[in-house]
Amino acid sequence: MIDVAIIGAGAVGCAAAMELSKYKLSVCVIDRESDVGEGTTKANSAIVHAGFDAVPGTLKARFNVRGSEMMEELSKRLDFAYKRNGAMVLCFDKNDEGKLTELKERADKNGVKGVSIISGDRARELEPSLTDEVTAALLAESSAIVCPFEMTIAFAENAYANGVEFKLSTLVTGVEKTDAGFVVKTDDGDIEAKVVINAAGVYADTVHSFVSDKPLAITPRKGEYILMDRSAGGTVSRTIFQLPTKMGKGILVTPTVHGNLLAGPTAENIDDKENTATTTDGLASVKAKGALSVKNIPWGSMITSFTGLRAVGDRGDFIIEESDVPGFIDAAGIESPGLTSAPAIGEYLCELAGRRLDMQINTDYIAARSGVIHLSALDDEHKNALIKKDPAYGRIVCRCESITEGEIRDAINRPLGATTLDGVKRRTRAGMGRCQGGFCSPTVIKLLSEKLGIAMRDVKKNGK
Amino acid sequence: MENFDIIIIGGGPAGMAAAVSAKKAGAENIVILERDKVLGGILNQCIHGGFGLHTFGEELTGPEYAERYADMVRDMDIPYELETMVLDVAPKPDGCKAVTVISPTRGVCELSAKAVVLAMGCRERPRGALGIAGFRPKGVYTAGTAQKLVNLEGVHIGREVVILGSGDIGLIMARRMTLEGAHVAAVAELMPYSSGLKRNIVQCLDDYGIPLLLSHTVIDIKGKDKLEGVVIAQVDENRVPIKETAKLYPCDTLLLSCGLIPENELTSAAGIRIDRRTNGAMVNESLETSIEGVFSCGNVLHVHDLVDFVSEESARAGENAAKYALGAKREKCESFDIETGNGVRYTVPVSISPGNADELTHIRFRVGDVYKNVSVVVKSGETELVRRKSRILVPSEMVDLLIKKDKLQGISENIKVYLEEA
Amino acid sequence: MTKELTCICCPMGCALTAELEDGKVTNVTGNTCPRGKGYAETELTAPVRSVTTTVITQQGIPVPVKTKTPVPKDKIFDVVRAIKALPVSLPVKMGDVLLVDVCGSGSDIVAARTVENS
Repeated sequence: MIDVAIIGAGAVGCAAAMELSKYKLSVCVIDRESDVGEGTTKANSAIVHAGFDAVPGTLKARFNVRGSEMMEELSKRLDFAYKRNGAMVLCFDKNDEGKLTELKERADKNGVKGVSIISGDRARELEPSLTDEVTAALLAESSAIVCPFEMTIAFAENAYANGVEFKLSTLVTGVEKTDAGFVVKTDDGDIEAKVVINAAGVYADTVHSFVSDKPLAITPRKGEYILMDRSAGGTVSRTIFQLPTKMGKGILVTPTVHGNLLAGPTAENIDDKENTATTTDGLASVKAKGALSVKNIPWGSMITSFTGLRAVGDRGDFIIEESDVPGFIDAAGIESPGLTSAPAIGEYLCELAGRRLDMQINTDYIAARSGVIHLSALDDEHKNALIKKDPAYGRIVCRCESITEGEIRDAINRPLGATTLDGVKRRTRAGMGRCQGGFCSPTVIKLLSEKLGIAMRDVKKNGK
Repeated sequence: MENFDIIIIGGGPAGMAAAVSAKKAGAENIVILERDKVLGGILNQCIHGGFGLHTFGEELTGPEYAERYADMVRDMDIPYELETMVLDVAPKPDGCKAVTVISPTRGVCELSAKAVVLAMGCRERPRGALGIAGFRPKGVYTAGTAQKLVNLEGVHIGREVVILGSGDIGLIMARRMTLEGAHVAAVAELMPYSSGLKRNIVQCLDDYGIPLLLSHTVIDIKGKDKLEGVVIAQVDENRVPIKETAKLYPCDTLLLSCGLIPENELTSAAGIRIDRRTNGAMVNESLETSIEGVFSCGNVLHVHDLVDFVSEESARAGENAAKYALGAKREKCESFDIETGNGVRYTVPVSISPGNADELTHIRFRVGDVYKNVSVVVKSGETELVRRKSRILVPSEMVDLLIKKDKLQGISENIKVYLEEA
Repeated sequence: MTKELTCICCPMGCALTAELEDGKVTNVTGNTCPRGKGYAETELTAPVRSVTTTVITQQGIPVPVKTKTPVPKDKIFDVVRAIKALPVSLPVKMGDVLLVDVCGSGSDIVAARTVENS
């Protein structure tokens, strides 16, 4: 019997695993997909929210503020991309400016620093691409952007380095309460655990219902995004939100931490938890709403579009608690600001689990983690030293993002490494550029097939 | 720092032809920098025939055409470096160009050249840029990526195929997949005409009974992890899909042949002026870009439909690069812009300086629509330089006009290229 | 009887009109060069095509091959099957004859690229 079984290897599940690995515990993370972060984690706005939006007193406010505080230090210690770029919330109607004041007051109550209200002209001075329709804006200096895949992979790799087991490509089919704890039933055998953490994203309701009769409902809310080439990345430097308008809830336009431009998401509640398809109408709506904030968004430089599903709970707040079944802990309804909150939620989940376990400090805990070394991030001297050591770093495979064979091999060979094309993409950015893998995918497929010992045709793009 | 007379970026058909002619024109210290493991570029995967009729007077396959040029390069002792990618090109105060490269053997280092020939080729427009709605499963490939997997890696990528876009690579891949045992259900083309060559429609589609659905497009992609099908609908005259005509085509493979984009990231970063119509550099009659001593040719300049035209154009670029590297100065004389009129989408070059023109100056362009019984007219003021009648002009076929040097002498106004009813 | 067809001898793709009498081509118009006439005559009586494909060598690396001269159109799939069944081992030189008189067509299968055994 292990101490903790975590169901779901998204940002929250991996953050919890990382926190638990600071103690002498046996922990296993189970996920149906072949990689970590394959659900909501991989398709969201990638924003570290400052914390002005969440209603004071809610779990959302608490974990948002804490997560935002933790993120920069984590990004350094665990080597993932993070950039404090600031944010603005735009107001397009004089009559709505009271809503900005409300947000400012929330920020104050939540203890968020660096938030102010500025005029439309001042906003345009700071962000010259903003439209003339902007009448005023809330400026939040502590807002940041992060790479959600790298962040989650970093959490997972750190947890793995500290002894956490990952059972990927494993579907949880049931959870049974026993005298000693739980039996987590999977399509690949049973796992006995004293404590179970339910971090199953849009399926958290299903997993919850395995052991509890108390109702918990998750509605998937679809969000469609458009990602543009790095040539468009400079269109704005801050994350640009909108107050809700006649057109409904606003969308954001933001640079990504790797220098692309991202616009979205739409917000549509749906029934199908697998429906991550984009729609013609959804993409059109992103374009229409984006144009309200920012002039001349270069939609022509779109390199891809994608859909994420937010797991919306039925309480209007995160559901993070030990359920009515002792030892069964829910982390459900983790919609926005879930990504920001993930490290803080991880801390809290560890605390909740700790109440049921004997928590001995893991004195061998390894705090630091190094990501894939990106050749392009080094100076010439270090580049040459690396290439001399391993000539594969002198061989560019992905032209658009200048990713070398050395980086791809590292992503594949490292512990908990990539086993799919998308896995390589999320660890190295190979295939994430303007040609979207047109040139590099045959080489990446070949490298994967060699490592995995399978035929090239059987190498997967993503999924189980 | 290593100094060269000419650095040629790209060892495909354009780069090799430029190198061969530069050497013939007297340049000695040349190097070709190629990012792949072999010379030949995209030709290595174009195993079909139809290449070389103009250049070699016989019909060759892509690999044969490439090997002939590679043999010339080797026979003429032109150095080339493989697995070498150029990261940056920048003009230096002394007029030379700094070329930063990376390779397993060199590491990252800076080379210097008097002249540079840009011959990086083009890339395909990916699914993401097309904005097709739906899932993002395995099984969706650009036609060229599929061609590489099938022809160079021997991968069987699928059995039931739909192709979007009737570009030549898409048509060629329709036949190729059929010969590999797959069934190609349809080729859908957004426009009311094909963007590929007629001969390819005959011998790649008609021969195998593959339907070409003009004015049709893919509006949805089904299948979360693996492709399960695509929805194809007819489009109206504004290219808007007519939802009532939507039909599901179950398939495991979708190939996209929806346009090629010259790969000019290096060019733009160097500060060279780009023509938005071609996405290639703006060049003068000598194929020289807005930076003196930097020349451009082949598909990185504008997308060609025939490799023979690439070779011919690149040979001119190579020759002019050699002249420049050997110290020949351009005649200081007036240059005239080429303006496009009715039906003409762009021209290469965008300007002509009569004093610097060769005996024959090429003007190459594409039309924006299908035109029947028209004359292509080139005029400078009231002086008619060329008038050529055509039974049919289509966007898929590049037009190549030749102007004799003596015709250009004495012109005093910008040049205009347009179509006129014949 | 008249037949409309597109010449595939070169990328021009001339639109040909051929007149047929008793299965024989009596007149061809629309061609810009003499090859068009020849094409129409063969195409309407005994059509032929060049075939290109790959053969997977014993080393697992594909080598592009082609029919040296065009083969009857109705034999294309037989020719491809014959090629796929060929045992070929690297190295291969461009122009190497890998199979003589494929499917009794009179045409040989030749390698279209030099591939070393690396």
